[in-house]
Amino acid sequence: MSASNPTDSVGLVTPQSYHFDEPLNLRSGKVLSAYDLMVETYGTLNGEKSNAILVCHALSGDHHAAGYHSAADKKPGWWDACIGPGKAIDTDLFFVVSLNNLGGCAGSTGPASINPKTETFYGPDFPVVTVRDWVQSQLRLMDRLGIEKWAAVIGGSLGGMQVLRWAISYPQRLGHAISIAAAPKLSAQNIAFNEVARHSITSDPSFHAGHYLRNNTYPKQGLMLARMVGHITYLSDSAMRAKFGKTVTDFGATGNNFGRDLRTGKLSFGLNVDFQVESYLHYQGERFSENFDANTYLLMTKALDYFDPSVDYEGDLAKAFANSGCKFLLISFSTDWRFPPERSREIVNALLKAGKEVSYLEIKADQGHDAFLLPVPRYICALATYLKRVHQELAAHAS
Amino acid sequence: MRPEFEIIQKCIRPGSRVLDLGCGDGSLLHYLKNTKQIHEIGLEIDADNIEKSIFNGINVIQQDLDRGLDNFQSDSFDTVLLAQTLQALSNPAELVDDMLRIGRNGIITFPNFGNWKSRLYLFTRGRMPVSKFMPHQWYDTPNIHFCTVKDFDALCREKNITVLTRTVVDSQHQGSWAMKAWPNFLGEIAIYHLTKRSGDQV
Repeated sequence: MSASNPTDSVGLVTPQSYHFDEPLNLRSGKVLSAYDLMVETYGTLNGEKSNAILVCHALSGDHHAAGYHSAADKKPGWWDACIGPGKAIDTDLFFVVSLNNLGGCAGSTGPASINPKTETFYGPDFPVVTVRDWVQSQLRLMDRLGIEKWAAVIGGSLGGMQVLRWAISYPQRLGHAISIAAAPKLSAQNIAFNEVARHSITSDPSFHAGHYLRNNTYPKQGLMLARMVGHITYLSDSAMRAKFGKTVTDFGATGNNFGRDLRTGKLSFGLNVDFQVESYLHYQGERFSENFDANTYLLMTKALDYFDPSVDYEGDLAKAFANSGCKFLLISFSTDWRFPPERSREIVNALLKAGKEVSYLEIKADQGHDAFLLPVPRYICALATYLKRVHQELAAHAS
Repeated sequence: MRPEFEIIQKCIRPGSRVLDLGCGDGSLLHYLKNTKQIHEIGLEIDADNIEKSIFNGINVIQQDLDRGLDNFQSDSFDTVLLAQTLQALSNPAELVDDMLRIGRNGIITFPNFGNWKSRLYLFTRGRMPVSKFMPHQWYDTPNIHFCTVKDFDALCREKNITVLTRTVVDSQHQGSWAMKAWPNFLGEIAIYHLTKRSGDQV
């Protein structure tokens, strides 16, 4: 955190762990007898407890969505662009709840936690959790916090899928469902990329069939590779071009850079890292591998692959939403090729078919899937405007 | 626009489901929400208008009308609105079909090109009419399919569309006995309430 704490930041925050003893029956048929959820909250819950917003994280996110943990933190939480006083998710108006999902590696019970039965790491024995299981655990947290109804549940990507699941599983417990850059289910291509990521982890010699922590090691190379592949799918061609591609004019000035940024100014004609994009991916992969648990990554990608709320409704997503009592806002980004606008429109069309109240925006943005985390002006403005309306509704309802 | 809203709201049943094609800043739906407690969806393509619609508290979906309305089920709305948008569509006849498939009834408003002012402009100057009401030059106008009241009546006959009501007004949305008598000559704005259903299906 910089010396001058920006006025639109929630500032220093302290996560809190909640313990749950009631067994959680999972979609897989397995049971998690007890678990902890690591939670951060921002803003103040009002007297009627009506101004709470649940923020759901994506694949590699956690409970730390906004603010700083210490004055030494260089970077704020993952959605600080959107959460804070006066920001789109305005903590002056709303009480924002963000948690690390089950199976995560940031404090909630997951594969890197100690299994009380074996007194060693869960590792690969941690049960596969699905979006439905997460939402069930989020409901328990909601009840613990004494919140009857979320003013809104908001999330991007895998977080957006949790939003949809909320509207389906607990239709009366949320006022607004805001699902950003999501999909009704993964495409074969999405699953293919996930499988490459998983395979790179499981084939790392340090993986030890998932028991790497017992062996005091971890599959660094595999996790790195998984993240590198994933990262490519988060960016768009144009985003990469803007970041690493020289223009034709630069090409003339610098000679042999092949129209892309060279790391050292000349080609190695070997297998060294010649281009900036290569070192960028290496850096991203390396940083990620040092901070993320490989088993968690496997679980999260599986949760993505398994997400398809229409399976219980003869493949008809509209039927899945039949009982949803909330209003919906869906947002997609023009250059997102991981979950492109067509995928959001599938959700919109199912909601229309179900006769639901829905708004949909397709934001022109160059940043690809990553755009949902970034301060893209039109996106932020629309979200802010929508949530101001939500707040006005709450105020009108209260008076 | 307010006077047009008042004419339109007469055709809207309280508490009904209304789809507005090209909802602009959402002010018509907002007005109908307040006066008729409708359940609304607006379709709009312009980014600024979409944000204004959200600000106005209406459900708005970013969708290009020229790409059709296949994603809407038949009979899924009571009324489908097309206000001052018909002339800007690339395939207006198809859209009229679609709107009367989706809605049990539809309301279409458009500028009447058969109005005497347009005729006089073209007759005396020999150039495409430009007015305060239709300020664009022929090359930069979004209005690519102008028609007259007579043209539109013919389209309704061809497509077996029932005209429930036809209101013709001037640019101030005032009507008169003369406009009723010579709608295609005196009317500047036409407001049609249409259906393809019969009896209590309307």
